[in-house]
Amino acid sequence: MRMTPYWLVVLVLIMAVSVGGSHAYRLEAGLVQAAEEPVDFHRDVRPVLAQTCFACHGAAEANRQADLRLDTSDFIGTVVLPGDAEGSSLFQRLTTDAPIGRMPPLSSGRALTAGEIELVRRWIDEGAHWGTERAFIDAGAGEVVGRTVDFGREVRPLLAENCFSCHGPDEQGRQVGLRLDVQEGAFADRGLFGGPVIVAGDAAGSLLVHRVSADDPLRRMPRGGEALSDSEVETLRLWIDQGAGWESHWAFIAPERPVIPQVAEADWPRNAIDNFILERLEGEGLTPSEETDRATLLRRVTLDLTGVPPTPTELADFLNDDAADAYEKAVDRLLVSPRYGERMAAEWLDAARYADTNGYQTDGERSMWRWRDWVINAYNDNMPFDQFTIEQLAGDMLPNATLDQKVATAFNRNHSLNSEGGIVPEEFLVEYGVDRVSTTGTVWMGLTLGCARCHDHKFDPISQKEFYEAVANFNNIPERGKGFKYANSPPLVTAPTVDQQAELEELDVKVDEARAALAALDVDMLAAQRTWEASAAEVDGLDWVLRDGLLVHHAFEGDIAGTQTTEEIPVVLEDGLPRFVLGRIGRAAGFDGRRFINAGRSPDFGDNARLRRRQGLEQDGAGIHDEEFSFAVWVYPTARDGVILSRADGGDQGEVGWGLYLEDGKVRLNLSSRVLDDGVAAESVADVALGQWQHVVATYDGSKTPSGIRMYFDGRLQELTPLNDTAGNRLTVSRFPLRIGASGSDKPRFEGRIDDVRIYDSVLSRSKAAVVATAESLSEIAALDPGQRTVAQNDKIRLAFLEQYAPPEILKAVRQVAELERERGELWASFPTVMVMEELDERRQTFRLNRGAYDNPAEEVFPGVPAMLPPLPQGVEANRLSFARWLVDSGHPLTARVTVNRFWQMYFGTGLVKTAENFGTQGEYPSHPELLDWLATSFMDSGWDVKALQRSIVTSATYRQSSKVTGDQFENDPENRLVARGPRLRLPAPMIRDQALAMAGLLVEKVGGASVRPYQPEGLWDEVVEGGLEYVRAEGDDLYRRSLYTFWKRTVGPPTMLTFDSSTRETCIVRTGRTNTPLQALSLMNDVTYVEAARRLAERMMTEGGTTPEDRIGYGYLLATAHRPRPEAETILVNGFRQHLDRYEMDRGAAVELVTLGERRRDETLDVAELAAFTMVANLILNFDGTITKE
Amino acid sequence: MDVCLERLLSRRRFLELTSSGIGTAALATLFGQDLIAQSGRASAASGALPGLPHHAPRAKRVIYLFQSGAPSQHELWDYKPKLQEMVGEDLPPSVRGNQRVTTMTAGQERFPLVPSKFKFSRHGKTQTWVSELMPHTAKIVDELCFIKTMHTEAINHDPGITFFQTGAQLAGRPSMGAWLTYGLGTMNSDLPTFVAMVSKGSARVGQPLYDRLWGSGFLPTRFQGVKFLSTGDPVLYLSNPVGVDQATRRRYLDDLGALNQLKEEEYGDPETSTRIAQYEMAYRMQTSVPELTDLSDEPESTFELYGPDARKPGTFARNCLLARRLAERDVRFIQCFHRGWDQHTRLPEGITTQARDVDQPQAALVQDLKQRGLLDDTLVIWGGEFGRSAYCQGVFNDETYGRDHHPRCFTIWMAGGGVKPGVSYGESDDFSYNIAKDPVHIHDLHATMLHLLGIDHTKLTFGYQGRNFRLTDVHGRVVGDVLA
Repeated sequence: MRMTPYWLVVLVLIMAVSVGGSHAYRLEAGLVQAAEEPVDFHRDVRPVLAQTCFACHGAAEANRQADLRLDTSDFIGTVVLPGDAEGSSLFQRLTTDAPIGRMPPLSSGRALTAGEIELVRRWIDEGAHWGTERAFIDAGAGEVVGRTVDFGREVRPLLAENCFSCHGPDEQGRQVGLRLDVQEGAFADRGLFGGPVIVAGDAAGSLLVHRVSADDPLRRMPRGGEALSDSEVETLRLWIDQGAGWESHWAFIAPERPVIPQVAEADWPRNAIDNFILERLEGEGLTPSEETDRATLLRRVTLDLTGVPPTPTELADFLNDDAADAYEKAVDRLLVSPRYGERMAAEWLDAARYADTNGYQTDGERSMWRWRDWVINAYNDNMPFDQFTIEQLAGDMLPNATLDQKVATAFNRNHSLNSEGGIVPEEFLVEYGVDRVSTTGTVWMGLTLGCARCHDHKFDPISQKEFYEAVANFNNIPERGKGFKYANSPPLVTAPTVDQQAELEELDVKVDEARAALAALDVDMLAAQRTWEASAAEVDGLDWVLRDGLLVHHAFEGDIAGTQTTEEIPVVLEDGLPRFVLGRIGRAAGFDGRRFINAGRSPDFGDNARLRRRQGLEQDGAGIHDEEFSFAVWVYPTARDGVILSRADGGDQGEVGWGLYLEDGKVRLNLSSRVLDDGVAAESVADVALGQWQHVVATYDGSKTPSGIRMYFDGRLQELTPLNDTAGNRLTVSRFPLRIGASGSDKPRFEGRIDDVRIYDSVLSRSKAAVVATAESLSEIAALDPGQRTVAQNDKIRLAFLEQYAPPEILKAVRQVAELERERGELWASFPTVMVMEELDERRQTFRLNRGAYDNPAEEVFPGVPAMLPPLPQGVEANRLSFARWLVDSGHPLTARVTVNRFWQMYFGTGLVKTAENFGTQGEYPSHPELLDWLATSFMDSGWDVKALQRSIVTSATYRQSSKVTGDQFENDPENRLVARGPRLRLPAPMIRDQALAMAGLLVEKVGGASVRPYQPEGLWDEVVEGGLEYVRAEGDDLYRRSLYTFWKRTVGPPTMLTFDSSTRETCIVRTGRTNTPLQALSLMNDVTYVEAARRLAERMMTEGGTTPEDRIGYGYLLATAHRPRPEAETILVNGFRQHLDRYEMDRGAAVELVTLGERRRDETLDVAELAAFTMVANLILNFDGTITKE
Repeated sequence: MDVCLERLLSRRRFLELTSSGIGTAALATLFGQDLIAQSGRASAASGALPGLPHHAPRAKRVIYLFQSGAPSQHELWDYKPKLQEMVGEDLPPSVRGNQRVTTMTAGQERFPLVPSKFKFSRHGKTQTWVSELMPHTAKIVDELCFIKTMHTEAINHDPGITFFQTGAQLAGRPSMGAWLTYGLGTMNSDLPTFVAMVSKGSARVGQPLYDRLWGSGFLPTRFQGVKFLSTGDPVLYLSNPVGVDQATRRRYLDDLGALNQLKEEEYGDPETSTRIAQYEMAYRMQTSVPELTDLSDEPESTFELYGPDARKPGTFARNCLLARRLAERDVRFIQCFHRGWDQHTRLPEGITTQARDVDQPQAALVQDLKQRGLLDDTLVIWGGEFGRSAYCQGVFNDETYGRDHHPRCFTIWMAGGGVKPGVSYGESDDFSYNIAKDPVHIHDLHATMLHLLGIDHTKLTFGYQGRNFRLTDVHGRVVGDVLA
């Protein structure tokens, strides 16, 4: 191809850009380089040639052009004439203006800067000395040997931090096609693009080293970033010279059980953990701390395993137990305590972003505590962690899944749900899928999968496509993007507690007994019915109305008023005079498109406070479901549009309320709290006929979805078209009057006749809908031969017989069954529900989303797992269940490590991998990699036995060390990463409160149940939103439950919990900070929780602690710290007490005020001044550093 | 630039390490006086990050008057006579384009244009158009810098407000004030660095305002805003329990300090000495906060200026006055949230009372700051989470008309702190629907605000989950034209 000049210009411009700087700048750079010092080939020139020439003129024979090598000295004297740059063909080829012939070729994309050309010129002019190759290594005067560089610990993190964002997994963001996070990329010979990036054993010949150490800012990498330090460059050089060993990121290789190391101090280890810890300490020339005193140890382990301190009895028993295994026995005792499950669950709730509200906007209430119960039980039952994993991620998909297994899946419904009016549901559907994958990734794999939402992961080999493949596992559930505002949103299950299940079983037995009693009646039922039918046929016009659940009935037999279950409400006819016409049954009301009947306030359905309370939802409007109902009516329309009945009004934005309408001949049931985006509606596919009577039944099951609507015309089930599925608020409570033939809005009024309007408070079954639609009276049906009757006619007369006309003993037995069945229905409806995962029958499509935007789908993706991790087993379908099983496969490199690391973090404050949430290449390298792998493999080999893992940690010598800081320990290892001393950590938020309640004897221990609302300053929730949830403080025992049961409103969490660094529960958190702030001080000093606890503690001190102030104060101190105070401490406290006592004796009113705080009454037998003074001391003890710290 | 951030990460990692580690956190305080300051890596006592400020700041502090619910630009600031001409006509489809609208109006059959019911007139030397709803603010227009071309991606309140406060629509990121506290540290050791206050609008029930809006996200919790409450203690648990006087508290703290001192001697844990210091700070706050909120030293003229509502706790007027008192005491970031601007229907009535709530106090605040010489280095920002549609939502008449959310173009204003006074930046189209010229995104506003405070928004970062986060994500541009 012949190049045109224009073409060339373009090419040169492209090259200039690709090299990354303007021409002018490059010239400047060249000037800067001009220095007096002679040019050294290996230091100055070879790097330039390596990058620009070696690809074609280097060691690689296959690529070599023109048989010219520039990496050996052979070229000196041929293409280079020493002392004569201008005469050297190499130099000429570098500088010629002719596009053809200039080197490097334009097509290579490489070019020398002016400064580099100048270097080459000077080197040749100065004599083109080859020099000594070792001169390249400036540090250590040629000493290549030094420390051995560990790739995983030292080199990969360097590359990750400095290179991966442009030369990593992200295909789109990748520069010049170079990839340094995988071996193939790092060692690739880049041919025309500069030769091999890394040449094992030859740092000098490795492009990488040249580029990171280049002086020329245009050459130096990372581009535009801060240069690597000399020691970092040295690390790279050493690593390459030592052979450039490469292995995948440590966390992506399955752990193998390491050999337990030998240690010098062989007596110290109690189990293998200690060998690993001690080996490292010995390597650093350190010794472990001595074992802490036994009281401190018992307090430490009791707090760690149960979240509350040891009681004085437990402490005394332990201190008096001389057995060699006294400590192990104590640990075993703690591991079987029910408090253990509560303690572990508290950690898990943070990771699972558990809350009692939906999290967005008005942040309405939900009910997920049955899942919390599941977690507590799972820990207490020591459920193996693999099962714990599978059930929470996919318990619903297990064969014959039990209720518990379904409840477990609430884990991935704990995320926030948006029900704000006006949202675009598809947008939030995406957010939920993303949240599940991010959370699952963080909790089980320690991967920041969410980083791959918008583009390929910058640091870990996870593509954007793989991210959405993971989403596809979690996206296939029958959910809406818009949640219900004050309720659980589908899919959900009714999840009775064990007690409730027993209650239900008891009732089932009664139902069975009643049915049996009915069956056992010594009566021939059919014969009795036939006998009665014969007499009924004789009576003229005998009829019967289904009364079970009937709320409203307008028969229009010459009177517009109807009957209601509540008090009579005036019924008025508006816009016309009454007109009674021939009805389907007797007479009917006639409508002319103007007149209508205002039937006043009919009974509400959908406001069943009793059900709400039993479900643990105390707030108005917080019903799990709306209530069910049925409308039944005869219509004889003469126009295609008109309101049949309604309780609706015209709002500013259209009709609000509910109603049954004719819309262009079709029957529509509409329920809305805001017309366009908050309601449920469905419409019949078939038209009703004009000018004839038809019976219409519409039922609604309270589910807030159009699928909960059914319709029957003349008893026949109709096909429906769903019209609106946007419910967020509750729908069936309406403040508007019942209108027949009209609505409060401007919708067309009814024309024609309406008869026999009925409203039931339940969903009429198909057969009952047919019965209600049967106009023939009992007399008429009775007169027919049973074989000639329709099914509905037979059903009607049989129902009428059983409910009203049968002999008394039958009626009684039938009513007994009906009563019990109704009771059972109510009991079932009162049970808590929980939002769960469920698979759609028909797979929901998942797409890769460009830039992560819901409205910008790219190609469709299918469930899968990231390719960099082990594949799913052959032949297994990729779905949520196989994903869960894959996580806990013994070959998975991450799950076990991530899990044992979190437990380690729980005990020692910092994980072996400090970044507990990130085991990827940006995460921190483990402080003790072999220990981590030993724990992980032991954990798996034990069958994922969680308690065994805990036991091995807390019984280790490592754990038992004193946490006193000795010598320069703190300066050398402030975070105690080497664990040369025991952990000393401020207690986590829930433990601070639980400990105070326990010390005060206030703690009410009851495992499980709905959330409770302890003390909270008034108005906190009101500040967030007016008219939202109201904080109704608990009374009695619920004020003193363990903190994991405290009601968690996501947008305004419990204030003291947040002050002490709890996660907000808005997103998954597996590592929280520990700050130290004045707000914490104010809380512990002044919050009524702690003031009341202090007073109760003071009462305990006075009644249980002895008679002298010294004894009493010592007892309080013991309760808090497991120790008696040292004499200096005792002096401080006792002196303080005396001063407080002096003051309160002078001001007994103040004393009374102080000791009356809180709901628990004070002990009136105690002197108030003394009690107040002890209260101050007790409060001080609750605030004491040694109390709120695990030592 | 990315690479540059990567380099910074290593330093940030150090900070992260030190802020959550047991011992090193020992020197930390709630208000940003962390170990960095004490270890001499930053300017004395302020607790600023090393290298901050990046350049000479124009503003030392920010008062953000956040108008929650999204006030209509049409009735307040952005005068559009064209709407009067085209009243009742449908918004031309070419103007609407493919704009997504909320599902509240997406189903509407028509999009009739509705003009402001309220009259506009010109004010000040700059002859700026302002609505009759804002008579007091109209008098200070020459101090204000309007941005007529704000835009956002969010179309609903929760994501919208969260976006303004944290730079992201979803929960989890630190709020603006938390970033500032983290970056710049404190200027007052007796008060929080970042204070949030909430007031209720007269118009109607407002949109919720939650902890995350002044939260610290993934930053250490000590950087979160302290919410001043309008009832009870201004700061949670500030008051001693009944029956405990300040002398008793002093005595108590002396004992507690002595006891903790013994503990420190025994265990050698620096965290213990930090705890002693925190209790002393708590004690100082017990004095400094009530002194701050006690307005008895304010002369009558103050209440004339701010209006009679300033005497009522929990009003916007009161919070504006408190904002000035906080600014005087060098609190860095002061946020007054005012609720109630969400007028989907019956907008004229709602916006009238709402404007009455804010007009006088906000004008008073700007004037007051100016009189006291504080306006020069205090940046005042006024605005909501998005704007409102040019077309009508609800029943179309001049009593009942309403407007839906509108993210694509809306108005905010700024004053003081190094912004140009008497300026109107950006041009909206004839419908204030699209931006005709010079768009300003939330990220740009954040970048500009940080710039005024001496921060390069690309360099204030925090490493979390393997990534360097910043307030402006990977976006943001300093709006140079509004800088004085």
